Amino acid sequence: MNAVPLPFVRTVEVTIDGRTVRVPEGTTIINACKTIGIDTPTLCYLENLTPVNVCRVCVVEVEGSRVLVPACSRPVDPGMVIHTDSDRVRHSRKLVFELLGSSVDLSTAEPRFKADMEKYGAAPERLAPSGHSDHGAPATVQQPVKIDNDLYVRDYSKCVLCYKCVEACGTDAQHTFAIAVAGRGFGATISTEFDTDLPDSACVYCGNCIGVCPTGALMFKTEHDMRAAGTWDESRQTATDTICPYCGVGCTLSLHVQDNTIVKVTSPNDHDVTEGHLCIKGRFGWQFVQNR
Amino acid sequence: MDLHLIPGATASAEERAAIDAAIAAVIGTGPGTRHMLLPALHAAQSCAGWISEGALNHICAQLSVPPAEAYGVATFYHLFSTECQAPRVVHVCDDIACRVKGAQGLCRSLEATFGPAGSGTEATWKRSPCLGYCEQAPAALVQHAGASPVEHTITHATLTVLETAVSTGEVPGPSGRAVPQAQGPRDPGLRLLRRVGVADPASLDDYRAHGGYQALRRALDIGPEAVLREIIDSKLLGRGGAAFPTGRKWEAVARSPVRPHYLVCNADESEPGTFKDRVLMEEDPFALIEAMTIAGLAIGAEQGFIYIRGEYPRATARLQYAIAKATRRGFLGDNIGGAGARFHLNLRRGAGAYICGEETSLFNSLEGFRGEPRNKPPFPVQSGLFHKPTVINNVETLVNVIDIVLEGGPAYAGIGTASSSGTKLFCLSGCVAKPGVYEVPFGMTLRGLLDLAGGVEGGRALQAILLGGAAGVFVTPDELDMPLTFEGTRAAAATLGSGVVMVFDDRVDLGDILIRIASFFRDESCGQCVPCRIGTIRQEEALHRLVAARTSGDRLTEQTLIADLGRVMRDASICGLGQTAASAVESALKKIPFDSRRSLTAGPEGN
Amino acid sequence: MFGAGGGTSAYQEIEDTDLIILWGSNARETHPIFFHHLLKGKKNGARMYAIDPRRTSSVAWADVWLGLEVGSDVALANTIGREIIAAGLCNTAFIERATTGFDAYKAAVESYTLERGEQLTSVKADVLREMAHAYARADRAQICWTLGITEHHNAVDNVFAIINLSLLTGHVGRWGSGLVPLRGQNNVQGGGDMGAIPNKFVGGQDVEDPALRATFEREYGTSVPDTRGWHLSQMFEAMEHGELKTVFVLGENPMQSEADAKRTRRLLEGLEHLVVQDIFLTKTADVAHVVLPAAASWCESEGTVTSSERRVQRVRKALHPPGQAKDDLEILTLLAKKLGKDWGAPTAAEVWQEVQRLSPWHGGMSYERLEAENGLQWPCPTLDHPGSPTLHTRLWSDPVEGARAGFQVVHHSPPVDTLTDEFPLRLTTGRRLDSFNTGVQTGGYTSPLRHGERIEVSPEDAVRLGVVAGEVVRVVSRRGAIVAPIKIDPGLRAGLTFMTMHFPDEVETNILTIDAVDPKSGTAEFKAAAIRIEKLGVPETVGAGGAR
Repeated sequence: MNAVPLPFVRTVEVTIDGRTVRVPEGTTIINACKTIGIDTPTLCYLENLTPVNVCRVCVVEVEGSRVLVPACSRPVDPGMVIHTDSDRVRHSRKLVFELLGSSVDLSTAEPRFKADMEKYGAAPERLAPSGHSDHGAPATVQQPVKIDNDLYVRDYSKCVLCYKCVEACGTDAQHTFAIAVAGRGFGATISTEFDTDLPDSACVYCGNCIGVCPTGALMFKTEHDMRAAGTWDESRQTATDTICPYCGVGCTLSLHVQDNTIVKVTSPNDHDVTEGHLCIKGRFGWQFVQNR
Repeated sequence: MDLHLIPGATASAEERAAIDAAIAAVIGTGPGTRHMLLPALHAAQSCAGWISEGALNHICAQLSVPPAEAYGVATFYHLFSTECQAPRVVHVCDDIACRVKGAQGLCRSLEATFGPAGSGTEATWKRSPCLGYCEQAPAALVQHAGASPVEHTITHATLTVLETAVSTGEVPGPSGRAVPQAQGPRDPGLRLLRRVGVADPASLDDYRAHGGYQALRRALDIGPEAVLREIIDSKLLGRGGAAFPTGRKWEAVARSPVRPHYLVCNADESEPGTFKDRVLMEEDPFALIEAMTIAGLAIGAEQGFIYIRGEYPRATARLQYAIAKATRRGFLGDNIGGAGARFHLNLRRGAGAYICGEETSLFNSLEGFRGEPRNKPPFPVQSGLFHKPTVINNVETLVNVIDIVLEGGPAYAGIGTASSSGTKLFCLSGCVAKPGVYEVPFGMTLRGLLDLAGGVEGGRALQAILLGGAAGVFVTPDELDMPLTFEGTRAAAATLGSGVVMVFDDRVDLGDILIRIASFFRDESCGQCVPCRIGTIRQEEALHRLVAARTSGDRLTEQTLIADLGRVMRDASICGLGQTAASAVESALKKIPFDSRRSLTAGPEGN
Repeated sequence: MFGAGGGTSAYQEIEDTDLIILWGSNARETHPIFFHHLLKGKKNGARMYAIDPRRTSSVAWADVWLGLEVGSDVALANTIGREIIAAGLCNTAFIERATTGFDAYKAAVESYTLERGEQLTSVKADVLREMAHAYARADRAQICWTLGITEHHNAVDNVFAIINLSLLTGHVGRWGSGLVPLRGQNNVQGGGDMGAIPNKFVGGQDVEDPALRATFEREYGTSVPDTRGWHLSQMFEAMEHGELKTVFVLGENPMQSEADAKRTRRLLEGLEHLVVQDIFLTKTADVAHVVLPAAASWCESEGTVTSSERRVQRVRKALHPPGQAKDDLEILTLLAKKLGKDWGAPTAAEVWQEVQRLSPWHGGMSYERLEAENGLQWPCPTLDHPGSPTLHTRLWSDPVEGARAGFQVVHHSPPVDTLTDEFPLRLTTGRRLDSFNTGVQTGGYTSPLRHGERIEVSPEDAVRLGVVAGEVVRVVSRRGAIVAPIKIDPGLRAGLTFMTMHFPDEVETNILTIDAVDPKSGTAEFKAAAIRIEKLGVPETVGAGGAR
């Protein structure tokens, strides 16, 4: 016999919404929930990025904890008793959606976002009543769209400050660090140094920030222009996976095509070559097949 | 890394020299180069009065920090400017304690004379959150950038003094006494304040003549294990606000196999109304150094940091001097007391950010990142400064160590109450006859403390007391018999917090105070998590509407909204800032009869 | 040396290694996504050495930079090898069990002392020593290279010199220890694997092996020549001698991509019959007698490509090709029909089944598996084989399965284009992040990073020549002259200059390069030309220049 002992994986038992679950040690609450089909809303969480747990829509109630805990990053402890749908959890999730909805333009956010807002009964307008304050209208993050290059645009009126773009530009993928969070509090924004235009910044146009943006604040210029022209129509689009035509690394490209025209390019997060990330050539260098 | 600097921006020779000197002063005190960012930014700011693109480039090139990240750090702090501004800035505190003492009027007058805050090319003025001189309100901080930068605090500020400060940079000498118990018949019960007003804070010999460094000698004699035992036995609880058992922290780090261990003193005393740590650092700096040396030996840390708030120029200067002196005399360094013990101490300045008083934010700030809090767990004892096991204690907590080592843990535990051992420093300010720092054993009632301070100023009627600071709660005249212990305040749904006791008489416009508290949290939110970032601004807006009696819908809708916001901030914020941002507001709205909040009916005065 | 032409490691292995040597590769710009994996390795604690004449953006991430003289790679490798042997740091057990030729190698590198190594490479002896010791002592180590190794007249020697180091230390055939040649184009690996090289059938099978040839002859129903064909440089030689008169070019643009562009043009224009099959009307197509418009293989047709980690992956049709353009496969079958062979109308999947039948490397790679498993790494002989992330693990079995790996004796040979007083500067060529080779594809999109072609010089040389950023100068080599604006790059040492070939329509860099080729691989020495820079009479500046 030639048996190779499997590495011993400790498991822990936790209770989620009254159900007992056994998961490997170190599993996050969100993944433990997943094993029994409990879906957790997220915004700043993405499987190919380090959890920053800033949006707080994934919070759950853990017995013995004074405050709610973020499911996306907290590993389970043995015997943990978790409630994912308690009154406190529902209240916090609802309020987080309302807070964002009252200050950020969510018109191009992932469809998931709108569904979750409805699910939790969020009514953002109650937080930002118009015409009642002598201190002007309730604050929003409204600001002009930044169009400073031909490849992608930045519309920070749509930014929920999830930090994903900063992570993708920085230590989780590209290591270019062209952008960071600047300022503080409600005035915090994603910014280059001294808010300089991208062509003067360190940006190398890998577009990995676009790839992770959940709200369309970062958008291909092609998509931005088509939306402006009223021609953007996702129902007429297909997505086909193929391999980048450039260097020999072999990155998977998902070509999003509308009317036989590539309108944007992404890469699957779960592919172990790219982990969702590309370079400028793969992301934007496809125009040549359309100069017909 | 492949750094991309800002095209065409170069630092002036003066900026380069200042930055290089700042870097040289902290090199080797931590791993890598990133931790030198904050000192370098300070150097740039105090050299030119702002952080220019050229200066940022130079810093980034020296430290291998991407400019966007350095800019993100620079823009995090009040005291840094990334836009060209006047080299002389007078920061006028308009926070709650100073507000009660007429700060609003001063600001309006300055605006009339010098134009809006921030305007002016040679000199300007700005509004500031609490400067930590509440007992000598109103206060202001003068910063004059240049080759030899100058910083001074103005206390008991008058319009004339402030106008002179803006126009000429001249400021009067220090005034006022911070510790009433040390004057006249000196209170014999003073322990933490024993040397205040007695020993010369600049003299190591005088410190020793008044009992200094006896505790360190004993600690070296009995060894780290025994020191640890004394601290555990003393039942000392942290004085920074969270009241965590100090001995448990120390033990966890001392036992951790992960090395190195770090000791950090949280001297970022920024809770509005708090100034006790400032008094300790200004008046008895060697005591903090001795206490930290003992702590360092006990937990196996060879490097300690004091992170002091940027608005404390005098405490900074005195500590800096004392550290240098203690090092020269062998009380810090590689062979302490000739016993081969090793402990180095490095002083780091914050730059205007309340959030950096939160321990994990402080770590990030000290490490050269934005002062954003980390999620806990892991706790600092597991992963703290530079992600190593770290003990972080408040100044007051640490100074207690000296007496604990000298008299033994059990003796110390005999002072105060069973659950709150020792004495406690309280910061009395606002409408009180004798404002200042008071040291009393745990267990005294709020009434007793108020009486000790001479009662309400001018014998007027008490409206409310803010206990614990902006993150604390309002208590009403009928709650004065509350015992001032951790357990006593908890039972009354209040908190000792950092020891703030701010008194408001019946003339104070409480609506205005509530809005100022709300705007404080809005200003000081780091912006990281949604509940706090947006919740604090929505809370402030709702309060404005409520106070101005211009509510959307009815008053009840507005109050429900405020309650909803408070709940999500308390439940879902990452850190204590957001979790307590609604605390004072909620307590006021709940406890204080509607009609007594004059502003709610009369409209805000002077808004 | 190992009997298989492919990188030995999966990309992910570099995340789990202890030491990384990036040799003649600016992967930060030319293989950015591989560089992501490399950075993870660094984050996980690996120490990184970069060997490159230029201080590139990749070098900026290294712990140690070995800024060698262009073309001194063999000398550097042999010095490292000699030091490892001299210091007693060889993996003796591995050498004895899994290799041959050690004694000859040892004797050959004996003269490459640290002192001589420093003389030949300009890298300080103590740095050479430190890297030698670190590489030999590391538990796991990876050497990655690109065209900085292979675009030399002694390209294959360079590769051998590197492989020798891996044999000396046993840094091959284990997870985290290996050799990673990064391919410049998306299917260079696949093209070779499929037999598009002069001496191999599909699956790396030698055309000169009678038994293998018989298999293919059976499959194809025709006889197969028993000698290897010409590689690219030999083809141009043959054109020169009138032996080659008809050329069929598929998806290449030799008119602009070959060294010594003047000679290339003369030879291509002199052909009796030139057919170009391409998706563009390239400069080569301009002089063709027949142009066959093709569909873009990566998005307008179905098939597979093979990456640098030997991973076969599917390409899929996302767009309909424009106009009369046709799938390569369809063009070839139509052509075959005209030539009298009816191959029907096979699909890409059907062609792949032939590959599976004929190539043991690919036998287990069904289309279904390629779809389901995000591609597979060869060898993958059977349907139940998981594929092979790491190659040559057999070298670690005892006794070794199959042939041992042989050391190859190679010696320093400086660049052919020597530096003289007349041509005192070394020109090396390379690529930038946003552009690709001759720019036919990347020219299609507007890159904010693109500033046109420039001749990059060191600050010292700029001062010496009296030129400023943006100033247009004449660049002269023994083969011709071009004009280009100056860019000053502090990453260059005095005496070294740099250009790309991304903008041949504006600046034809390959006028300057030398067509001295490696006799084994046929690659030209793009990395080392001798030039001089002349100021133009009338000062003229172009653009801002030099800002980035």
